[in-house]
Amino acid sequence: MLELAADQGVSIPEDSLDDSPLAIRGLTVSYGQKPAVFSVDMTVQPGAMTAIIGPNGAGKSTLLKAALGIVSPLSGQVTVFGKPLDKQRERIAYVPQRASVDWDFPARVIDVVLMGLSGQLGLLGRVRFRHISRAMDCLHRVGMRDFADRQIGQLSGGQQQRVFLARALAQDAELYLLDEPFAGVDAATEKAIIAVLKDLKTAGKTVVAVHHDLATITDYFDHVFLINTRKVAEGPVAEAFTAETLQSAYGGRLATAQIDQISRALG
Amino acid sequence: MLWDALTLQLGYNATLVAIGATLLGISAGVTGTFLFLRKRALVSDAISHATLPGVCLAFMVLVALGGDGRNLIGLLVGSALSAWVGLLCMNWLTRHTRLAEDAAIGAVLSVFFGFGIVLLTVIQTMGVGRQAGLEGFLLGSTAGMLWADAMIIAIGGAATLALVMIIRRPMTLVAFDAEYAAARGHVVHRIDLAMMGLVMAVTVVGLKIVGLILIVALLIIPPVAARFWTERSERVVLLAGLVGGLSGYLGAALSASTPNLPTGPIIVLVSFALFAISLLLAPVRGVLAAVLRHLSFQRRVHIRQGLLALAQGQNIYEPLTLRLLRSAGLVRADGVATEAGRARAAKALRDEKRWEIVRADQAHEATAALYDGLRDIETVLTRDQITEIDRQIGDPRGVTP
Repeated sequence: MLELAADQGVSIPEDSLDDSPLAIRGLTVSYGQKPAVFSVDMTVQPGAMTAIIGPNGAGKSTLLKAALGIVSPLSGQVTVFGKPLDKQRERIAYVPQRASVDWDFPARVIDVVLMGLSGQLGLLGRVRFRHISRAMDCLHRVGMRDFADRQIGQLSGGQQQRVFLARALAQDAELYLLDEPFAGVDAATEKAIIAVLKDLKTAGKTVVAVHHDLATITDYFDHVFLINTRKVAEGPVAEAFTAETLQSAYGGRLATAQIDQISRALG
Repeated sequence: MLWDALTLQLGYNATLVAIGATLLGISAGVTGTFLFLRKRALVSDAISHATLPGVCLAFMVLVALGGDGRNLIGLLVGSALSAWVGLLCMNWLTRHTRLAEDAAIGAVLSVFFGFGIVLLTVIQTMGVGRQAGLEGFLLGSTAGMLWADAMIIAIGGAATLALVMIIRRPMTLVAFDAEYAAARGHVVHRIDLAMMGLVMAVTVVGLKIVGLILIVALLIIPPVAARFWTERSERVVLLAGLVGGLSGYLGAALSASTPNLPTGPIIVLVSFALFAISLLLAPVRGVLAAVLRHLSFQRRVHIRQGLLALAQGQNIYEPLTLRLLRSAGLVRADGVATEAGRARAAKALRDEKRWEIVRADQAHEATAALYDGLRDIETVLTRDQITEIDRQIGDPRGVTP
């Protein structure tokens, strides 16, 4: 509906974006001359779990990074709970991809989780007992409490991912943006992460994750956002996650067998 | 003589130099740590070389204005200005062109330094304003250090340290993960610029003592040495300050106690000595510890494999394994297991089974991560937990842990 309006050059009334945890309008991001994300609109539903899906190089991570202000867009607008991003930093928690970090950095697991509290601590605030115990609680929620004193380099991939999730939890945000949280993790970690995310949803928080495993979409998420540089579809899983939208997002890159399998699963 | 120097009893100048060098070492070590953690250590080399044109131009301006060309504050202001220009050039090159940082460093470093040398030559042929001693900024010269010079170093060093303390959290965050820092609302390139500004301040303050060519050593070596001793970034910062301060102090004392030893280079050599000690002797990351760990690991692997072979009635052919088992009294000279050997072998096999259970159970994840095929299970689990596991395996076959 929104897409249709945009296509016809009709301006969307401002109040329709209000209060959405994350609203993106006309976002274009380009590395060099080739747009990675082109004129994308997105309206995230509050209290839901949304998956951003699309083929490799479709701009999924870029969309997330632009929403967080990590990469600066060529054009477009991002509002968080109806206000500009810069005033809402503490309300958004970000879980980056594991590979973005040097794991030989001199830090223990607890130190990484405490980074989530950097907004509360400010520049000179001392780390106090309540900060430590909050960080330990978050580690407990992802099943990593016993690892608090280990050097981060000693963790397995799945454990690293859970530490990043604990850091986001420590921030006590309302909107959680995760970049491929299930990439290259073991089954135990996947279970632990999805349990935490579902708890967040139950607590009324909003979760948006870049996701690559189409087989688990219906189990894990309520909403999908399909992207292939441009927005392909957006909406509840039952409506937007169909054989047609997948075909148009992935083109020839998704085997017909896979699409059949998914449409059968969807009934 | 050295003792006198170490206790600051070698005269006024030597004392000033020792105090100045210690303060410089501390602030260089602490500031350099963030550069090191950000993996941009070599940026400091470009910054320091970019000070030279500024020193020379400041000298010319001072002389032209009829002042003393060697006024330290004037020269330092000049050096800071040209280092800042160098820094901005480098930043611009990396942010707005396709040049990688190493190429930008090379370009800025050589061009600024070359220009500085040209100016230095021009000044020497001008023959005005007691230019002798300007070359001292290349490698440092402490011979004629004044009280005022020492004060400048002390104040500059202390101010730098205070600023580092204020922005240490954002700098650490950016060093660990710049994108996450950006997502938390930090402006990464501004924090980087602040960090390099602090490095520039240390460089300028250190020109008089170690000179622009060697200051990079005081910024890089202390954090690298400190990294060997700890896994926590705050402690790397503190230890780097300690290593830097100690290098400055010992280096200044050494050079004061022996005639004709240059202060700056001696300070650098002392810091290298501290680095070498750390490299070799640090308990976990040091080379010696790594070798010992490897040897002991190898020994334990051989014994364990030998025991498992004994338990399963296989022959052992590996000479090292046999030798180790024999010297531990686990097999006799003819290769047959002793009483103790049979008991240990049965226990080893049992432990393997127990570990299998532990590793398959998500509830034991933290313990399972410790599995290396060698560890005795009772060192990580309580007796009750082991009993519970044994119940799952079944009949203990008379093996006691």
